[in-house]
Amino acid sequence: MSINVARPKLTWSERLYLPAIAAGMAITLRHFKNMLFRRTKVTMEYPEEKWDSQLPEHYRGAPALVKDESGRIRCVACQLCEFICPPRAIKIEPGEIPAQDRFSKVEKYPREFDIDMIRCIFCGMCEEVCPEQAIFLRKDYAITGLTRAEMVHDKEKLLEIGGVMHGVVLKWNEKK
Amino acid sequence: MNPTTFFIFTTLLKIVGIVFVVILPMVSYAVYAERKVSALIQDRLGPNRVGPAGLFQPIADAMKFVLKEDFTPAHVNKFYYWLAPCLAMVPAITTVAVVPFGSTLFGVPMVIADINVGVLFVFAIASLGVYGIVIGGWASNSKYPFLGGLRSTSQMISYELSLGLAVIPIFLLIGNLRLTEVVHYQINHGWLIVPFAGDWRNPLGWLLAVPMWISFAVFAIAVFAETNRLPFDLPEAETELVGGYHTEYSSMKFALFFLGEYAAMITGSAIIVTLFLGGWHFPGIPDGSHGWIFGLINIFVFFAKIAVLLFVFIWVRFTLPRFRYDQLMRLGWVFFFEIALVNIFWAAAILTFFDR
Ligand code: SF4
Ligand code: SF4
Repeated sequence: MSINVARPKLTWSERLYLPAIAAGMAITLRHFKNMLFRRTKVTMEYPEEKWDSQLPEHYRGAPALVKDESGRIRCVACQLCEFICPPRAIKIEPGEIPAQDRFSKVEKYPREFDIDMIRCIFCGMCEEVCPEQAIFLRKDYAITGLTRAEMVHDKEKLLEIGGVMHGVVLKWNEKK
Repeated sequence: MNPTTFFIFTTLLKIVGIVFVVILPMVSYAVYAERKVSALIQDRLGPNRVGPAGLFQPIADAMKFVLKEDFTPAHVNKFYYWLAPCLAMVPAITTVAVVPFGSTLFGVPMVIADINVGVLFVFAIASLGVYGIVIGGWASNSKYPFLGGLRSTSQMISYELSLGLAVIPIFLLIGNLRLTEVVHYQINHGWLIVPFAGDWRNPLGWLLAVPMWISFAVFAIAVFAETNRLPFDLPEAETELVGGYHTEYSSMKFALFFLGEYAAMITGSAIIVTLFLGGWHFPGIPDGSHGWIFGLINIFVFFAKIAVLLFVFIWVRFTLPRFRYDQLMRLGWVFFFEIALVNIFWAAAILTFFDR
C-alpha cells in the first residue's frame, strides 16, 4: 500500500528561495562574528585544557594494580582477569610466596603482570571479575608511546598508576 | 633602454610579481582562510597550532604535499593523468594577464597585457579550465572521477552561457571590451554596481541599476558554478563521488587541482571586481600618476576587494547545501539563461531610449 505524504505548500517567498538564502547567510555570519570576538566558546583546546576534573566517577580509564594500606600488592595471581579479558591484554606469571612469609597463606603473587595497552579496550571486566579487588580502572586515558614495547604496562607501571586503594575489603589481614 | 626592452623587462617583472608574489601566496592563504572561516562559522577554532593563530599552516601544508608519495595508479592513462593537474592550474592563472590590478606605478600601467579583446580572452581561457577536470576524470579510468568529469563538463557549459550573456549589458553600455577601459568608465561614471552614483539626477543611471544588479547576480552565481564551489560543487561532491575528479590523485598533483580551484576563485573575483566593483578604484583615492604611493594603494585596494569577495565565496560555501544535479541544470538553463537574455534586451532598450 502506498502512503501519500502531503507536501507542504510553499509560499511565494519560499519558492523564490532567495529570502531563505539571506536568512541562512545571516545565521552563519552571526556564528562567525561571535566566534571571531570570542563570545561563544564550545571547543576545548585539548592538551592545554583538560576535561579531567569533570570525568565522572564511573569513568573507565587505564586498568591498574593497587596496593592496600600496608603497601602490600593485593593481587593473588588467580589469573581470573587474564582469563576474562576479552582481547587478552593481560599476561600474568604467578610466583609462590615462601612459607615463612607472614602472608604465606595467600600462596601466590604475580611475579610478572603485564597489560598490553594496545590491546586493552577499557571494558572493565578485569575489575569486575577480580576476587581480591586488586585491579581497578583508573582515570588515565592518554596512554601513549613511541614503540609497541612502551605500550605494555608492566607490574611497576601498573602499581604506579594504581597507587594505594583505601576502603576496600582487607580479608587477608583479618584472617591472618 | 629602448622602449621594447623596457616593455619586455617591465612585463616580465609584472608577471613574476603578480603570479609569484601575489597570486600564489594568496592562493595558499585562501586555503588557510577557508579553513579558518569555516571553523569560525561552525563554532570551531580552525588551524591554530603552526605559528601565531596558525598562520604558517599553509607552509606546513605545502611541505606535506611535497613530501607525500607521488603515486600514479597502474590503471590510468599516464599522459593525460599527468597533464590534467597542469590544465587545471594554468588557465586559472593565465586569466590574470588581462585584468588591470592597479593604475600605474612609476608610469608603468599595472596590467600585464592590455589587449583590446579583454573580456573575450578571459572567457576563452577560463573555459579551458574545464579540460583539466574532464581529462583528469577520464584519465583516472575509474568510475567516480569519470562521473565527476562528466558533471563538470555539463555544468561548465551550461553556466558559461549565462556567464557570457550576463556581461553583455556592460559592454553595451561601455562600448569597449578592453578591461582598462571598463575600469576608467567606472571611475568617471560610478561603479557599475551603483551606476547612479556620481550623477544623481540622471535618470539613465537609476534605470540602469536594475539590469546591472541582475547582471551582477547572474555573473556572480555563474562564477560560483564555474569554479566548482558550493552550492555548485557537483564535480567533486564528496558525499556522492568520494573526491570527484581528483579521487585518484595524490601528493603534488592533487595539490595542483586544489590550488587551481582557489586560483580560479581568485581570478573569478578579480573579474567581478573589474567589471562591477570599480577595479582598483576607490572613491577619494587618486590614481598612480599622483605619486607611486597612490599606485601601491590602488593595487592594494584591488586585492582587498578580491579578499572580500573570497570571504563571500567561503561564507556561501559554508551556508548553502549542494544542489541536486537536475536542479542545477534547471537553474542554469531555465532560469539564469533566460534572465540574462531578457536582461540584455532590457539594457539595450534603456540605452536606446535614453541618452547617456
Ligand atoms: S579493561 Fe578489559 S581489556 Fe583492559 S585489561 Fe581489563 S579486562 Fe582486559
Ligand atoms: S583477578 Fe585480581 S587477584 Fe586475580 S590475577 Fe587478576 S588482579 Fe590478580
